[in-house]
Amino acid sequence: MTNIVVLVKQVPDTYSERKLAETDHTLDRESADAVLDEINERAVEEALKIKEAGEGEVTVLCVGPDRATDAIRKALSMGADKAIHVSDEALHGSDILATAKVIAAAIGKVEGVDLVIAGNESSDGGAGAVPALLAELLGMPQLTYAHHVSVEGSAIKVDRETADEGITHLEANLPAVVSVTEKINEPRYPSFKGIMAAKKKPVETLTVADLGLDAGEVGLDNAWSTVSEAAPKPPRTAGEKVEDDGDGGTKIAEYLVGQKLI
Amino acid sequence: MIDLRLDDTYETLRKTVENFAQREVAPVIGDFYEREEFPYGIVAQMGEMGLFGLPFPEKYDGMGGDYFALCLALEELARVDSSVAITLEAGVSLGAMPIYRFGTDEQKEQWLPAMCRGETLGAFGLTEPGGGSDAGATKTTAKIDGDSWVINGSKSFITNSGTDITSLVTVTAVTGTKDNGGKEISAIIVPSGTPGFTVEKKYSKVGWNASDTHGLSFDDVRVPQENLVGQQGRGYAQFLSILDEGRIAIAALSTGLAQGCVDECLRYAREREAFGRPIGANQAIQFKLADMELRTHNARLAYYAAASKMLRGEPFKKEAAIAKLTSSNAAMDNAREATQIFGGYGFMNEFPVGRFYRDAKILEVGEGTSEVQRMLIARELGL
Ligand SMILES: Cc1cc2nc3c(=O)[nH]c(=O)nc-3n(C[C@H](O)[C@H](O)[C@H](O)COP(=O)(O)OP(=O)(O)OC[C@H]3O[C@@H](n4cnc5c(N)ncnc54)[C@H](O)[C@@H]3O)c2cc1C
Ligand SMILES: Cc1cc2nc3c(=O)[nH]c(=O)nc-3n(C[C@H](O)[C@H](O)[C@H](O)COP(=O)(O)OP(=O)(O)OC[C@H]3O[C@@H](n4cnc5c(N)ncnc54)[C@H](O)[C@@H]3O)c2cc1C
Repeated sequence: MTNIVVLVKQVPDTYSERKLAETDHTLDRESADAVLDEINERAVEEALKIKEAGEGEVTVLCVGPDRATDAIRKALSMGADKAIHVSDEALHGSDILATAKVIAAAIGKVEGVDLVIAGNESSDGGAGAVPALLAELLGMPQLTYAHHVSVEGSAIKVDRETADEGITHLEANLPAVVSVTEKINEPRYPSFKGIMAAKKKPVETLTVADLGLDAGEVGLDNAWSTVSEAAPKPPRTAGEKVEDDGDGGTKIAEYLVGQKLI
Repeated sequence: MIDLRLDDTYETLRKTVENFAQREVAPVIGDFYEREEFPYGIVAQMGEMGLFGLPFPEKYDGMGGDYFALCLALEELARVDSSVAITLEAGVSLGAMPIYRFGTDEQKEQWLPAMCRGETLGAFGLTEPGGGSDAGATKTTAKIDGDSWVINGSKSFITNSGTDITSLVTVTAVTGTKDNGGKEISAIIVPSGTPGFTVEKKYSKVGWNASDTHGLSFDDVRVPQENLVGQQGRGYAQFLSILDEGRIAIAALSTGLAQGCVDECLRYAREREAFGRPIGANQAIQFKLADMELRTHNARLAYYAAASKMLRGEPFKKEAAIAKLTSSNAAMDNAREATQIFGGYGFMNEFPVGRFYRDAKILEVGEGTSEVQRMLIARELGL
């Protein structure tokens, strides 16, 4: 029986316009549709596959405002068994370190965790650091950027994707923290039966105090880094035009070589 | 008082299918359409999501939902593509529903679970070369010989009848003469591959090009006597009751097409520039969009109203006909305006609105023509 915790984050839909709040440069979560991050759908899918291949229980864990319950429900309707939702005004603007601490404390509330599965990088904050920080805080091995995962008894094997080097094979003893990439799987869509069943699944809501943490450790005021300024991305500049005087192909190839693209 | 909001469960289902249609169907369906190819992979995914089992009980691997849930799924699919939507609509309302409603326990156990999982498709053959609107004109015959039915005749335009996963076609056939001298019409299951049962080559169609439609012929086709669906001589009446529900489903599908036109045009009217400004800045275009939105809204209200009566168990024949007529008109009108807003690009197959234009026409014909809907409404008014 594998006891799995999946970390899920609700993010602004990448299809809608996203912006930062004018005042404190935190994400303006009101202005965009909020959805379960796609990378986390994949994390949930992987957990469900492991569970279905043997035996197990899947708990989803989310740190986020009240409306993040929608993202939690989605994960439950895909087939996760139960959820923990850490929701607290004090968390607004928390940095990666605080987020990881909160997640670590919440995982401490789940008995006998074998495996923590996260996305490699969220589509909003995009730090790509929470899983590693968390592994450190929990004292578990970290197997990040996995595009293939297999659990064999008390061991876990992961194919790790790296930008240039290709694939690294990692192996560790459970419990461990894994983060998955976009290539790991194709997440399932919830069925109507799943949607109905999700309504009856338990969701435990916790505050920072419930986790035994001090409000002074989290939130915008206690972040180690701050966003001092934010500006929209400059518009795209016109591309490079290659005139074909019979040597167009060569010119394009030279350009691509110059950009180190080929 | 009345409340037209979708509850949490319906809304979540609607969103899930919307998401599926946009992520999985929209990017690839144009190519299937162009090649006139049945999208097996998409249909399999729809099966895994349980869409084919929506209105059926879990006992048959269904989802334990209802017919309105199916309608919501159809609307969202048709917003992106009608071929996929009609495959689901026909699979459920014409393929599985007659067996679920009128079949024996054995028939249900044998056929329904695989249909609910979307692994097999059923079809219903009523229309014949000589007549669709007048179902009483059926010429196909079925005669008892020993413990078998022997079927002879042909059927036209039968949806889902020739896919690799089609498991059966339920056909209507004349099985005798009624006391009043009229034809006795019954419905009989013909499993795919039965000797003498030929699926003709697929039609070259104006629209619905990624859906499967064939003519069928029956030449001394023998099936066991137990393949009769429901009572002998009730085939026609049973089919009519199934059609009433089916009309609400077609109305939902039509509403989706109308909405798809609005979606595409809103985006295009903002992006496309003429005379130095977006075409959407012209009142002529704004009014077109306002009318398109209005028609879509009315179409949706009409099918919600019919579905709500049906789910409450009240008579809904008139409301279903009104919904089908309103929404198929909305789909046709919106598709015409949408292609106009797209200008020359609207005439190109690679743009969804071109596909919507081709797909809209059949909505005024299939599962009862617009004239038939008017006949039904007038009859319900007592004329
Ligand atoms: C607009 C904006 C302003 C910010 N301002 C600051 C700032 O002032 N100072 C600062 O230090 N940081 C700031 N951040 C970073 C922000 O706090 C991080 O987004 C957050 O801590 C989580 O990090 P991440 O999403 O980048 O995590 P990643 O490491 O990219 O996430 C990887 C995975 O970890 C898991 N995970 C991450 N977050 C959660 C969560 N909340 N609940 C459950 N699982 C989760 C998910 O599985 C996710 O896929 C800001 C971010 C944004 C978008
Ligand atoms: C793509 C496609 C899929 C189909 N799928 C199926 C299927 O799965 N199963 C199935 O059984 N059938 C199917 N059909 C057939 C469809 O239901 C019929 O085409 C439809 O019912 C009309 O029948 P018909 O074509 O014979 O037209 P006809 O009945 O010949 O009608 C011709 C015209 O005369 C009008 N008309 C007829 N009678 C009257 C009257 N009394 N008063 C005024 N006007 C009248 C009609 O409205 C129509 O405009 C499908 C058709 C198509 C094109």
